[in-house]
Amino acid sequence: MNFYNLLKIAYNALIRNKTRALLTMLGIIIGIAAVITMVSLGQSSTISINDQISSMGTNMIMVMRNNQRSGGVSIGSANVRSLTESDVDAIREKAQYIDLISPVVTASGQLINGSNNWPSSIQGGNEEFFEIRKYELESGTFFTSEDVRASAKVCVIGQTIVENLFPGGENPIGKTIRFNKIPLKIIGILASKGQNQMGQDQDDVVIAPYTTVQKRILAINYIHMINLSAQSEDVAEDAADEITEILRIQHKIKQGEDDDFRVRTQQEMLETMSSITGFLTILLAAIASISMLVGGIGIMNIMYVTVTERTKEIGLRMSIGAQNRDILLQFLTESTILSLIGGIIGIIMGIGLSYGITYFLNWPFVVSVNAVLISFAVCAAIGIFFGWYPAKKAAALDPITALRYE
Amino acid sequence: MADPILKIENLTRVFKVGSESVHALKGISFDVFKGEFVSIMGTSGSGKSTLLNILGCLDRPTSGEYYIDNIAIKDLSKNESSIIRNRKIGFVFQSYNLLSRTNALENVELPLLYNNTVSSKERKERAIEALKQVGLENRMDHMPNQLSGGQQQRVAIARALVNDPVIVLADEATGNLDTRTSYEIMSLFQKLHSEGKTIAFVTHEPDIANFTSRTIMLRDGRIIKDEAVQTKSAQEALSNLPVESDDIPEEKRTDN
Ligand SMILES: Nc1ncnc2c1ncn2[C@@H]1O[C@H](COP(=O)(O)OP(=O)(O)O)[C@@H](O)[C@H]1O
Ligand SMILES: [Mg+2]
Repeated sequence: MNFYNLLKIAYNALIRNKTRALLTMLGIIIGIAAVITMVSLGQSSTISINDQISSMGTNMIMVMRNNQRSGGVSIGSANVRSLTESDVDAIREKAQYIDLISPVVTASGQLINGSNNWPSSIQGGNEEFFEIRKYELESGTFFTSEDVRASAKVCVIGQTIVENLFPGGENPIGKTIRFNKIPLKIIGILASKGQNQMGQDQDDVVIAPYTTVQKRILAINYIHMINLSAQSEDVAEDAADEITEILRIQHKIKQGEDDDFRVRTQQEMLETMSSITGFLTILLAAIASISMLVGGIGIMNIMYVTVTERTKEIGLRMSIGAQNRDILLQFLTESTILSLIGGIIGIIMGIGLSYGITYFLNWPFVVSVNAVLISFAVCAAIGIFFGWYPAKKAAALDPITALRYE
Repeated sequence: MADPILKIENLTRVFKVGSESVHALKGISFDVFKGEFVSIMGTSGSGKSTLLNILGCLDRPTSGEYYIDNIAIKDLSKNESSIIRNRKIGFVFQSYNLLSRTNALENVELPLLYNNTVSSKERKERAIEALKQVGLENRMDHMPNQLSGGQQQRVAIARALVNDPVIVLADEATGNLDTRTSYEIMSLFQKLHSEGKTIAFVTHEPDIANFTSRTIMLRDGRIIKDEAVQTKSAQEALSNLPVESDDIPEEKRTDN
């Protein structure tokens, strides 16, 4: 039989029972919509997180103290506090792939301006810190290398601090606030960065020279972290290797011993985050796929009932010359049309749903073309797979018995 | 003399029901020539439908020969017999067997959908032509449940004519209709016969058989009589029907 006639026969048969056709499609519609939504949301969140991490600078590298030193006994040297300014100097001197470098010392405490209180934490860096972390000024200035050398009592603050310590709206530049009793003069205000992916407020920040935090606030002689930027994103990994090498020598770590520090590139953080979100996406898609399977079984169920209900029709078609293959193809085509139309409706609903959700969550809206294509293929497969058994049953009917069926 | 349209020789059909075997046909032979209007008569259970199903290639004989248009049906595969049904045979059933929620025109087009050699334009033209032949050109887009029983049977007859078959096979085609409508349907068959159609008409009602030109009488799976009949005109019979029957509904309405 020619393909066009086959389509016409199947289409006419479906049109004769619109309500049942719609009910049959419902399972597929819901299944596909769920899959598309889950995959799209998974991708949106991945992109959103990646944007966030990239906005901190994709060539940024962090060196941290390794608190979980194994073996218990620190070997030989005096570097119990594993990171120091001499580490920074060594890297600055020997590393080739490094552009900027800043020691980082952090402290938490209470910020006070007159009667206004705000619990926060202070970050200490050098004059390169701002560029490494991609901070921009709204007004005022950053501190200079001179301020760092002199442990100057100056700071740059974020928007949240401005709102909480200066609720009256006066200009904070030039004012002095106290952090754990140490007076700091405000010389700059940072441009707002908003919330990050984990919901942290990136404007709740006070930045001062690391020497000020180290000596005047904490009274320590080591540093907590080193922030660096590689010359480009491409050499970030090389830079990380280089730093590891330099610090191992600096810390006199022997061959085979574990590092007492950790080097993290943004690239690694990106990969870690993507692997988490990727896993979540797959998990959600897997759950949604089950509903697609249920939808397929729904199609089989109704097609099966349909064959029994339409026994007489099948007998008639055979008596006027339909071959077994024609009957088989008719029912297969019906189930495939149903699942494909259901799939298209599901895809449209899924896209609409993910648009709505990403709109409210303020995530980037992406439609996974792959998910759409795969769902479409799966729909066709479901139609054929689950339509096969009922269609086979229809084609195997004996025309005389079928014609007599009441 | 020309070759017969149908030729059967010593046809038998045995049904196995459990350990029993039912001999529905016990050696039947006859020929049907082009342009004949044959009625196959007999009481219920005499084997009429069994015979007609074999003639229509829906069933196979247990033994014996069967030729339709000089084609030996015995040698055909399942698909080939489907093609014979599609090209050479027109079936009319007692219960019309129209597709519900499908209009008259599309019901009539149906057999041609299973024929690749007919274009969709030709299919429509031929369906319209067939509906004209049965006098339903004004009812083409009516659904079966909007038609009376007689009209539904006319649609079914149009469907049997649309593929221009060598023979029309009807099984108790008037069985669901009242007398007047039966006569109208028989009048239609007589008209088709006069236009050259070959028709085999199964019925158990003698007065219906009187409208044909030859009667084959079956009893217990055997032919007990095969003779020409004095053909009565269905048109005349209609005009002789008592006037009062005009007052009762003309046709039973059947929802199908
Ligand atoms: N599929 C079948 N299985 C068993 N017996 C059958 C079958 N079809 C018909 N028969 C038997 O064959 C005989 C003839 O039946 P049928 O041709 O239907 O008679 P008619 O149409 O003349 O009333 C009956 O005895 C009937 O019971
Ligand atoms: Mg019968």
